[in-house]
Amino acid sequence: ELPAPLLDDKCKKEFDEDVYNHKTPESNIKMKIAWRYQLLPKMEQIGPVSSSRFGHYYDASKRMPQELIEASNWHGFFLPEKISSTLKVEPCSLTPGYTKLLQFIQNIIYEEGFDGSNPQKKQRNILRIGIQNLGSPLWGDDICCAENGGNSHSLTKFLYVLRGLLRTSLSACIITMPTHLIQNKAIIARVTTLSDIVVGLESFIGSERETNPLYKDYHGLIHIRQIPRLNNLICDESDVKDLAFKLKRKLFTIEWVQDNYLRQERNIYPPGFSYLLKQKDSAWGEGSLQHSTFLMSFLAKATAFASRLVRHSEPLKQNGSGRIRQAAGPRLWHDGRRQEAPGLLGIPP
Amino acid sequence: MFVELNNLLNTTPDRAEQGKLTLLCDAKTDGSFLVHHFLSFYLKANCKVCFVALIQSFSHYSIVGQKLGVSLTMARERGQLVFLEGLKSAVDVVFQAQKEPHPLQFLREANAGNLKPLFEFVREALKPIDSGEARWTYPVLLVDDLSVLLSLGMGAVAVLDFIHYCRATVCWELKGNVVVLVHDSGDAEDEENDILLNGLSHQSHLILRAEGLATGFCRDVHGQLRILWRRPSQPTVHRDQSFTYQYKIQDKSVSFFAKGMSPAVL
Repeated sequence: ELPAPLLDDKCKKEFDEDVYNHKTPESNIKMKIAWRYQLLPKMEQIGPVSSSRFGHYYDASKRMPQELIEASNWHGFFLPEKISSTLKVEPCSLTPGYTKLLQFIQNIIYEEGFDGSNPQKKQRNILRIGIQNLGSPLWGDDICCAENGGNSHSLTKFLYVLRGLLRTSLSACIITMPTHLIQNKAIIARVTTLSDIVVGLESFIGSERETNPLYKDYHGLIHIRQIPRLNNLICDESDVKDLAFKLKRKLFTIEWVQDNYLRQERNIYPPGFSYLLKQKDSAWGEGSLQHSTFLMSFLAKATAFASRLVRHSEPLKQNGSGRIRQAAGPRLWHDGRRQEAPGLLGIPP
Repeated sequence: MFVELNNLLNTTPDRAEQGKLTLLCDAKTDGSFLVHHFLSFYLKANCKVCFVALIQSFSHYSIVGQKLGVSLTMARERGQLVFLEGLKSAVDVVFQAQKEPHPLQFLREANAGNLKPLFEFVREALKPIDSGEARWTYPVLLVDDLSVLLSLGMGAVAVLDFIHYCRATVCWELKGNVVVLVHDSGDAEDEENDILLNGLSHQSHLILRAEGLATGFCRDVHGQLRILWRRPSQPTVHRDQSFTYQYKIQDKSVSFFAKGMSPAVL
């Protein structure tokens, strides 16, 4: 059930098509809408551009070809198969499932030379370990079922010994854990302390966030709960804390939620206003003081207008006199041109 | 060691107090910078140090130590530092039967009652050598961190007993110091950890508590350090003294300032 990897030439062509359809943000216009936006870093879209490839790309709608799996050097561990095997296991106070898994990993590390015992003759490589659903009953553990089960230390002991194996060999491990099933909060805290990097995925499915317009187009949030300080006093913690993810067929993107919000904010401009934004040097250019003043007053007027509608159930009447005192309102736009302007703002040609 | 922290604690490697238990604690943040501080502080004070490092590898402390001006490798070679690398030893203990008692033997046992082998290891490491000349000033035990022992199946009482024995030997008998780190799990309802933390708080002479800021992440202020002296040396001061500072961790040092006085804000 592994997704098919995207190979170089195929994906480059497809991504070029995607880039065409995207609106590239105009990077030369400074954001002055709200002072804090200007200081925040721009999040760039990272995709499989061939000059800066990072990571691996997959097509989630296709399966990995069998020949590729067979040609790779991999070892699988499926507990029900191993539970009755004669694999030599040292007595240990963990659940049998974890004990066997540790032994299995240790055997591979030793036999394939990842711990430096048999020097690797071929090019040096890193052992990548993936463990799914650790802590679930599938591993013989009961922390997902009971709050204070008999094996409450098994998981944390396992993680400690695994950490020891990883620190003493050329390997890296990624683990998924169904923490939403674990009722004992203390165990989750301990698991976090025993790990280096902790990332939480929160899905929007079934939650009230699904209908929140701020999270439109996203599938869930990503929480970076912990990053390590390895060999260092400091760590590279990012300022950006609100990250959401989107899982498409060929791309898993992580974006800063505020970017989506700003995109949506542009949609609330009145229809005739957009031509002013297109004029780069106009006083009404996006980000100018006039623009933001106008926007604020428009928003104030719009909400006042809306509330009046609700109260009196009739639209606000506009008349010719008193237009100097009147702030810009929706009626001004109905023919696509600005009719009136508040004092200090320039009238566009 | 961080010079600014020495100033706040009113101490230097030459004239540090002896016979004390210092408790390091972190809540919602990483307090490991305090461990690095005390490790380099006591090595510079020419003490015999026994470091029970349970959560990171030797090379991690060694690389940070170099930034702080101490060489752990050299200290180990000349016998000043006895380093128990918990992670590496755990792998040895779990995958191979050991002939002699091992400090982390409890990993093999289903219901290990106590940490006696670990205490024996510490006592052996810090016992004075009868060679006549005193090479080192006084012994120090440093543990990073005690909360891990709870994750490995030891009860809070067993860990408190272990510290009690260590204090009796290191602080009282050998006139040395003990420094331990315990995490504060906050609202994670970790009862065993709370018992351990409270128990140690009552026994400590000095508590350094690193806390994350209540308002969340900040680039210029990484956290807040609360310093609590529980048994001040001056008999005239009856109440426990407590100070709070904010700090920012840099590549090779940590800077401290009064609350709200971060250079970024002023």
